Amino acid sequence: MNDMNDLLAMNRRRFVLGTAGVGGGLALGLQLPLAATAEAATPAAVPEVNAWVVIRPDDTVVIRIARSEMGQGTLTGLAQLVAEELQCDWSKVTTEYPTPGENVRRKRIWRDFSTGGSRGIRASHEYVREGGAAARIMLVQAAADQWGVPAAECSAANSVITHGPSGRKTTYGKVALAASKLEVPKDVKLKDPKDWTIVGKPVRRLDTRPKVLGAQIYGADLRLPGMLNAAIRDCPVQGGTVRSFDASAVLGMKGVRHVLQVGRSAVVVVADTWWQAKTALAALPIDFDEGPNAKVSSADIDARLVEGLTATEAFVGNSNGDAKAALSGAARTVEATYAYPFLNHATMEPMNATALYTPEKLEVWAPTQNGEASFAAAVEASGLPADKVDVYKINLGGGFGRRGFQDYVVQAVLVAKQLPGIPVKLLWSREEDMTHGRYHPIMQAKLVGGFDAQNNLTGLHLRLSGQSILADVFPANLVKGMDPLTFQGLAMPGEHGFGYTVPNLLIDHAMRNTHVKPGFWRGVNANQNAIFLECFIDELAEASGKDAVEFRRALTANHPRNRGVLEAVADRIGWSKPAAPGIFRGVAQMKAFGSFVAAAAEISVEGGNKIKVHRIVAATDPGYAVNPAQIERQIAGSFVYGLSALFFEECTVKDGRIEQQNFDTFPSMHIRHMPKVESIVMATGGNEPWGGIGEPTICVAAPAVLNAFYRATGKRVRTFPLKKHGITFA
Amino acid sequence: MIGLTINGKSHKVDADPTTPLLWVLREQVGLTGTKYGCGVAQCGACTVHLDGAAVRSCSIPVAAVAGRRITTIEGLANGTKLHKVQQAWLDNEVPQCGYCQSGMIMAVTALLKQKPKPTDADIDAGITNICRCGTFQQVRQAIHAAAARA
Repeated sequence: MNDMNDLLAMNRRRFVLGTAGVGGGLALGLQLPLAATAEAATPAAVPEVNAWVVIRPDDTVVIRIARSEMGQGTLTGLAQLVAEELQCDWSKVTTEYPTPGENVRRKRIWRDFSTGGSRGIRASHEYVREGGAAARIMLVQAAADQWGVPAAECSAANSVITHGPSGRKTTYGKVALAASKLEVPKDVKLKDPKDWTIVGKPVRRLDTRPKVLGAQIYGADLRLPGMLNAAIRDCPVQGGTVRSFDASAVLGMKGVRHVLQVGRSAVVVVADTWWQAKTALAALPIDFDEGPNAKVSSADIDARLVEGLTATEAFVGNSNGDAKAALSGAARTVEATYAYPFLNHATMEPMNATALYTPEKLEVWAPTQNGEASFAAAVEASGLPADKVDVYKINLGGGFGRRGFQDYVVQAVLVAKQLPGIPVKLLWSREEDMTHGRYHPIMQAKLVGGFDAQNNLTGLHLRLSGQSILADVFPANLVKGMDPLTFQGLAMPGEHGFGYTVPNLLIDHAMRNTHVKPGFWRGVNANQNAIFLECFIDELAEASGKDAVEFRRALTANHPRNRGVLEAVADRIGWSKPAAPGIFRGVAQMKAFGSFVAAAAEISVEGGNKIKVHRIVAATDPGYAVNPAQIERQIAGSFVYGLSALFFEECTVKDGRIEQQNFDTFPSMHIRHMPKVESIVMATGGNEPWGGIGEPTICVAAPAVLNAFYRATGKRVRTFPLKKHGITFA
Repeated sequence: MIGLTINGKSHKVDADPTTPLLWVLREQVGLTGTKYGCGVAQCGACTVHLDGAAVRSCSIPVAAVAGRRITTIEGLANGTKLHKVQQAWLDNEVPQCGYCQSGMIMAVTALLKQKPKPTDADIDAGITNICRCGTFQQVRQAIHAAAARA
């Protein structure tokens, strides 16, 4: 048999060889391992043209990508943006991740590594395009210099430079070395979007092939020579600590090498294999002091949120007119209360990181949404100076916001620090992952709408009560105590601006935080805000005897792009014509992450509680669409995430801990539940900041389905998931 | 020592007989294409073929598969020629993060052996793998595309 050590020793080599032949994103692989392997696998090092572009003598174009790829397609989209201005041969494009350590050494030349908030492309498109344009100018100048002609007489297309008057030609690969010695130009001019040939086109992803071969290396797959494997148990209650543990109970088990405390609250078993570590961990007696939250239950948390619904004090996120006066003077009011639960991200790949520590150097391999945050966490946890630390990003098996947090990186470093010279891979079990998440914040809402005697909507008060993510994660970003992010889709004009005109409006938030750690969960607060607002808008439409689309059209007169996506989905679903017998429709619209989004759903309901979602038409207007095919896939995929939550998912708290341990109690949709999703990508252009893609559209699927369910059954569901009410998929 | 036949090759592994096949594949044989997602046969990320049928390798002790024919995602292609399901996956750009796709592809190849031209209902009944990125629309399209190939 393969001796374990031989196998591990082989692995470093195999890892590199295994990634070298498959192209696309696999240039990434070459960046990951130790310097010696990278050198062996990379042909003679080629100097970069500039920070964003490396061109090899064989004309291969390596585009540097600062953001993380976790399935959302940013890697391909960012490469398209650079390639567009570079005017290179797209078929020769490959990518690599610069390391966060390199970014620090080069004074953040690649700027932000953070990959969240649907900002990967929208926050960096300008400077990455400038990087591509600057590289093109340098390559053309280098060719012109070689020919002794003015650069203005030369043009570049498809990686070929042509001197117009003489017809001479050369390729990027031939002049790249000379170009690398030129100064990087500043103030480059970008193309007019109407001239784009790569951006805006549904080009194929760069990273598909290794994923169908099983060759893509994720963090959990990493193997290094001499590596040990760690399984961890953190205190099941947030805020608790380890009192003691009895290592002797498991140290004799096969493969077990070490039992170590990690920080104040966790214990790891380190073994030859992860299965051995996990098995021993299950047998390890650990005494936790569960701390002050050990008795908290969901009922306690709910009670605090209910109190907040009518509390006197609340942060005002959006207001105009005098909503309270309008409501007290209304001819008629409508009122409803909604509640949205904690949710786990449940990425398919559980949290993990690998670290190798010596007093001279710390190296960390992390599937992270934010390489710089991982780097900062690794520096802090190791106590080493920043110039002795680096982080190598590895492909993520899903992110959805979870992997912007660095708890697993800190743990891996704290373990490695106790085992100098030995690489250790820390992998969470699914159960650890389910119970130590960064949960979608829990929130309730009370909504009151008022009509005058003529049935006009005169006032709306939307009171949120629940958890703030920023208060826990980035308290410095609170604005006089208020968490502006709570108001996604409900906020003052901006990337999450409220999409209706109501004469008297008040949207406020009674912040009620819990010991359950909150996090950014794909779509973040737009998820529940869209349900609260868009279901209630339907309630108001019905109360005033108006059609759901017509009611919204009237309220969006001053919000043309909101109205644009609404009308697009209404037209496509055929709203003006009756649905087929037994089919019921619902709509919703919102602005989130800079994009305007809407959905129209068609469902049928059997027996009053079994829903078949036949079709969802979705529209998104992000302004500019870098890769329409990828956008369509993101929309359809996000509906699986959002509708899984709507139908099945909630995390509940008992004795201070999260009760759900695995996919049997926190289920996710199967293919049989999947509706047909038709996406309308509206690239309306203009000078507004670009909108995001990965998150915005998720929020409108759930309210569109809920509004259709009401039409089908007359039942208005206001607490989630639907399974709590015995409602499921047909 | 337990004898295993994986992707046509014989292996002898020194593992506790209760160790799930998944972890023997990943940690002892070095085939990491088969993924860990849940450990309780819920998600399907660990799907491999056992004598040609799809099984969830996280929940099968290695001792139970001694001498049986095991195929993993790494053994699906014929040299450099992709299996038609892999090709359909590539053509239809199915993967997003890709983590669940090895298991998804193994489940689909086993389904197509039983039902070479599956209906949508066959797909609904036969494919129960979880994909959190939500690639199901492309998965269905790619299954039909693969079935249409000779």
